[in-house]
Amino acid sequence: MRATAAERVQTTTNTYLICAGAWLLPGAGHLWQGRYEKGLIFLITLPLMFACGLWLEGRLFPFEPSQPLVALAAIADIGIGLPYFVAKALGAGVGRVVSVTYEYGNAFVIVAGLLNMLVVLDAYDVAQGRK
Amino acid sequence: MTTHFGLLLLFALFVSVAFAALMRDDPREQLRFGARLFGGFVAAGLILGWLLYPFPI
Repeated sequence: MRATAAERVQTTTNTYLICAGAWLLPGAGHLWQGRYEKGLIFLITLPLMFACGLWLEGRLFPFEPSQPLVALAAIADIGIGLPYFVAKALGAGVGRVVSVTYEYGNAFVIVAGLLNMLVVLDAYDVAQGRK
Repeated sequence: MTTHFGLLLLFALFVSVAFAALMRDDPREQLRFGARLFGGFVAAGLILGWLLYPFPI
């Protein structure tokens, strides 16, 4: 039986909501769709990796279009969702460039954001019935 | 823990866990894939580290 137009709109809206939730809180998209094990793994691992990056004195890069690499790093940072905004609000992620762990911290923070983007895409695939 | 090697292990652990959960559905498969990924990260880090050793960076 084919889905009606209203059902398709409903499904599309749910998919976008799931993606937004998955971005905002790592693992939320999987938890929402009943994939509790994966959701919990992402919920623990990704914010912990992000927090480790801040602990290692990594920087939350500003969105600076005149510096393309900084802007790309900022987009990757925002990929982690809510933890990014919490860290910003708490004044974390200033980044101490003379610290020996500064670059490691950046790597942790950036990769945590990029991994969460992959998690959002996975949640989208699950919502579309591809997985 | 904040030695270069310690941070390499920590980074490899986080990325391996996330990728294993993403790429595999069965818990046993996740464990095997994650362990292989972790080993690959550590081995690649050590090999690249020694290959770069002669260069004065």
